[in-house]
Formats: sequence, C-alpha cells, structure tokens
Amino acid sequence: MKIAFTTSGDNLTAALDSRFGRASKFLIYDLEQNTHMVIDNNQNRNAAQGAGIQSAETVARFGVDALVTGHCGPKAFRTLKAAGIKIYNSSAGTISDALEMYRSGKLTEANSADVDSHWT
Amino acid sequence: MKELVVISGKGGTGKTSVTASLAVMAGNAVVADCDVDAADLHLLLSPSVMEKHVFRSGHEAVIRTDDCTGCGTCRYNCRFDAVKPADHSIGNPVYTIDPIACEGCGVCVHFCPVNAIDFPEQICGDWMISQTRCGPMVHARLGIAAENSGKLVSLVRQEARRVAKENGHNTIIVDGPPGIGCPVIASLTGSTHALVITEPTVSGEHDLKRVLKLTRHFNIPTFVCVNKWDLNVSMTQNIESLAQRSGAKIAGRIRYDTNMTQAQIQGLAIVETKSPAADDIRSIEAFLTTGKE
Amino acid sequence: MKIAVASGKGGTGKTTIAVNLAAAFDQAVQLLDCDVEEPNVHLFLKRDNIAERIVTMPIPEVDETRCTGCGECGCFCEFNAIVSVGSKPLVFPEMCHGCGGCQKICPEQALRETPVRIGTTKTSTSRHITLTEGNLDVGLAMAPPVIKAVKAQVQNELPAILDAPPGTSCPVIAAIRDVDYVIMVTEPTPFGLHDLALAVDMVNTLGIPFGVVVNRAGSGDHRVHEFCHNRNISLILEIPDDRRIAEAYSRGELIVDALPEYKPLFARLKTGINTLVHGVHR
Repeated sequence: MKIAFTTSGDNLTAALDSRFGRASKFLIYDLEQNTHMVIDNNQNRNAAQGAGIQSAETVARFGVDALVTGHCGPKAFRTLKAAGIKIYNSSAGTISDALEMYRSGKLTEANSADVDSHWT
Repeated sequence: MKELVVISGKGGTGKTSVTASLAVMAGNAVVADCDVDAADLHLLLSPSVMEKHVFRSGHEAVIRTDDCTGCGTCRYNCRFDAVKPADHSIGNPVYTIDPIACEGCGVCVHFCPVNAIDFPEQICGDWMISQTRCGPMVHARLGIAAENSGKLVSLVRQEARRVAKENGHNTIIVDGPPGIGCPVIASLTGSTHALVITEPTVSGEHDLKRVLKLTRHFNIPTFVCVNKWDLNVSMTQNIESLAQRSGAKIAGRIRYDTNMTQAQIQGLAIVETKSPAADDIRSIEAFLTTGKE
Repeated sequence: MKIAVASGKGGTGKTTIAVNLAAAFDQAVQLLDCDVEEPNVHLFLKRDNIAERIVTMPIPEVDETRCTGCGECGCFCEFNAIVSVGSKPLVFPEMCHGCGGCQKICPEQALRETPVRIGTTKTSTSRHITLTEGNLDVGLAMAPPVIKAVKAQVQNELPAILDAPPGTSCPVIAAIRDVDYVIMVTEPTPFGLHDLALAVDMVNTLGIPFGVVVNRAGSGDHRVHEFCHNRNISLILEIPDDRRIAEAYSRGELIVDALPEYKPLFARLKTGINTLVHGVHR
C-alpha cells in the first residue's frame, strides 16, 4: 500500500505541506517495502486553475491508496474520491510524524473537503 | 497571519486610498495590489521595484499561414469567434486567429486536418516585488485584454504570503479588484478578513448586497465602511443596517472630503495629510485592530 | 450605430454618462448594461414590461453507458473542467469555458452538452429607452458569455449605447469588441490618468475610434488634459465636479432630470458622437 504526503522537501524529515493542489512535491511512501520516492508537482502548482484536480490526477497515476495533507479543497476531494484514494488531514510538523500517526491509527479519514475552493 | 482584503464591489469608492492609508498606519505589513487589471496603489506608495517576473498563463492558438490550406475547419469549430474569415478574393485564402478573442481551448489546434496551428504558452503580464516606505509590496500588471487575472491575483497573494513568512511580517493588506467575478473570488478565498468600502448611492447599495453575498459564500468575516457618508445620510443608514443584517460589522464612516483627491494628486495616502477624512480612517483602523470604536 | 461607454478605472461615472446620454436621445434607443458583475443602469430608470431570460452555458454530461473511461476528454481539456480518474470522468462545471472540445474528441460519443445556468438578461422599457441588462450569478466567474447574451439582443436598426465593465481584461473586450465608437470616461486624478492610459492602449489594440469625457473636472490636476493633447485624443466633454451631481446620483436620479441646466451638455454629447461616428469609416 502506498501513501502520498504533500511537502516541499525530499525526505521523511521534511515538513508536511499544508496545501494539496499547490504543494511543490509529493513524497510517496510504500508501506510494504518501507521505501519512498519523491515526485514534482511544479506543473500543477502553476496551473491556471484547477491545481487540486490536476494534483489528484497526478497522485492517482502513481497508484496511491491514501493521501496525507494539511487541507483539501472540494474539487480535489471529489477527484481523489473518484480515484478511490483515502484522504487524511493532518497538522503534523514532519512527514515522519504524520507517517507514525498513520501507522498507529491516529489519523481519521476525512469525509468532506475542509477548505474552500478557488486558487488558494 | 492576518490577511485583510479591501474590496468594494462598485469601482471608485475609495478602496485604494483606504488601502494605502491602512498600509501606512500598519507601518510594516506586506502590501499586495490584487487589482491587477487597473493597479493604482503604486501611485500612492511609490514602490521601488526589486524583482520583476514574467507572468505566463494558458496557451494561444497561432495559425502557420504557410501551412494553412484554407479549409475553414477551425473557423467552423471555434466557439469564441476567434478565427477571422479568410479573404477568398485572393488566390490562396488562409485563416488567422484573433489573439484577443482566442480563449486558449485548443479545439482548432487539435482538429486542424493539416496540423497547421501552433499552441504556444501565452505571456499575460508581469509581477513585481518592491520596497515602499511602509514595507514590502507585491504587485502586477496584466497585459491588455489578457486572460486569467484570477490566476495572477492568486500568484500575487501567494508571493505576498511568502514574503511575509520569510521576513516575519504578521499582516498582509490586499487591495482587491472591483466586481464579484473571478479575480475578486481569487483575492477573497482564504483571507482572514474583508473590508468593503462602499458609498451611499443606489449603485453602492446594490453592489454591496452582491459583494456581501460573496463574502458570506466564502465564510469570511466582513467589515463595511461607507465613504462620503454625508452625501446621502439616509442611504448611509440603509446601507449600514443592510450590512449588519447580512452579518457584517460596521467599521466606521468616512466623510466627503476633497482632500482625498488632493492627497492622491500629491502621491500621498490621505492619513499622511491633515484632513477630516484622515481622522475618520484612523478611527476605522483602530476599530479593525481592537474591535472597539 | 453602437457606442460603448468604458473606463479603465471604476467609479468614474460610466453608468451616469451612459444613462444620461440615452435619456438625451429624442428617438428610440437601446441601452445595454454589460457590466454584468455589477449591473447598475436599472437603478436610474423606472422599468416597465420586464422580460427575463436565463443565460446558460453548454456543459458536458457523461453518458455512463457509453463511456469506456479512456480519458481522452480529460487530456484534452485545457481548463481542468473534465478529468478522468478511476473509471468515469468527473465534470467541474465552474471550470468549463464551453469550448465543446471534449465532446468532439470523445471516441465513444459518450459526452453530451447540457445547458447550465450562469446568469440572466432582463429586457424592459423606460420612456424611449429599451434596456437590456445582464446579471452574472453571484459566485460564478464567467462574465463574457453573459455579456454576449446581452449583446445578442441588439436590434441593428436602432442606436445602441453599451455600459461596459471597468478595466481592460476579457469582460471589457467582450463588451466593446464590435462597437463603432468608445466614449472613455475618466477623472482628472492620478488614478484616472493611469487607468485612462491603459484603456487607451486597449481600444487602440482593438482599432476602435474613441474620445474622452472628463468627469468631476476642476481638481487642479491638468495631467489628463495634457495626456489627451499630446496623444491627439479628442476631449469630447467635461462635466464639472459638482456635489449636487453626486447627491442626485446617490438617490438614483438622472442628472438631466434633477439638474436641468446640464441637459444641453448631454444633448451636445449626443450630437457630437453622431457626427463623429458617421464621419468615421471603418
């Protein structure tokens, strides 16, 4: 199973980015292999509009099962749900903290978007 | 971080003059001019530009005339009347795209049977980070007839937040665009407060209703201020009770004062001059920061 | 004859000029409120026989029985209005520009366009004026299609005056694109001048003849006049800065009714434009 985290860093000690659509990178962690890879989201961050939709498409393309991020808007939420990706909102400082919380079952799955839409 | 957006619905109500005054009084906030269509704040804050960047957004269709066979498929498919009619009186008629009407959808590009249409990224304007007498300023200039002012607004706000974060500013003051459309939505969402500057006129009242609907829609705590309130006292009262009924707070009133124009002519914020309107704006600022009159 | 009243800066008196100019006509005239984000013309006229029409935009709808989830539509859309993840595409109507591309590209003919409401137009009469106003629904971003719907109701045999939205971006262009003449309203202040210069560049790009009206004249700032003089721009009218005009406006009254001494000013503007338009060959 693979989890995506929003970030601007390159490893597990990096900070969790609170934004999803306009996050600069995604760190995708493989729970079975205990390995990770980092993918760029620059294209989407600068999208005219609908960055959340595009970002959701990107993580879906990498076969992610869950996403941990700060906030998720309504369009991204709809897209992620359609792709069958579970969403967890977290205010954890770093990716490793968020991952730990996920592993110990401290994160609860979001059942709606938690911020407004439109280019923020 | 506090992010106050000054908007108006109707144009010309004194939004920019008030924004400049709030910036001067705050002393060290980051100022963002999000009225990218007709940016005027720089005329009062005289920024010196430190960084300038090109703003690219979307694509634009361009027909290579050498390759065009004049079949007219593009003209038939375009929903935006952006393909100019070919001149059939000349030997080999070719089509051209009106860049101003082109929406950048790519339909003509994709369906051209001879692939004669390019689709380059469009340069839509530029944005700048500057220094002013009251702190850093992020501002922009949208190209004529350019699209995506909403995206440019988002970019300006995003940069203002970055500058604020990196330099330890805890307040951002945003001069928003007029209207209720895409650039206004882009400047409102995610801000902590909105201040609506209106005027006691039938138009001011009408536009205020629409703007308050918008701030309610996006759940943003909103203050209202009537500028030139003494032009029409009963209208001012109407507007204030209307604002309160829709959940906004009254931040104060600014009287009709020709010093407002004179300050602008001198390139100053009105609070940098001695005038009755300046006193009014000072008490509005006090209300905004303390919540008390 | 189509005349647009425009200005770079908001609040310079565009609507005032448009309404009073229409009132100054002694024949039937059409008045089009193209400031669909904030339509205000109706506040100054007593309207009769109001007929409302709904303005829609074509938005794609997925026929799930035909869709194979190939994703062609999502790849094509420049605006992220349709996206294909998982099995079936999702449509985001608020992002759609109505280009029709997704429908054309779909290999299974699984997309159909359905009209979705984005605003209204209202047509009414007031004295000799036929008013058509556009109204963009609050919370939506797509002004140009509503503006086009307003303009679609122009009857070519009657003169038409258009109140354009402020600024220089897409909604303004949609409003003034095919008019015969633009009246540019400004005020003699630094903001007025700065935004006038932008608006002049815009109409020059479009190649439409225009002239300038200076509203609230008498601030002591002569830079707008110098600008017009240096650029050879005709200054067609000046309206003095008169607090009584501001007060009449605040109550929703026409200047020509509340302050009859200004009536000749608008009559002159009307005659002047008539001559200018008919003297200009496009």
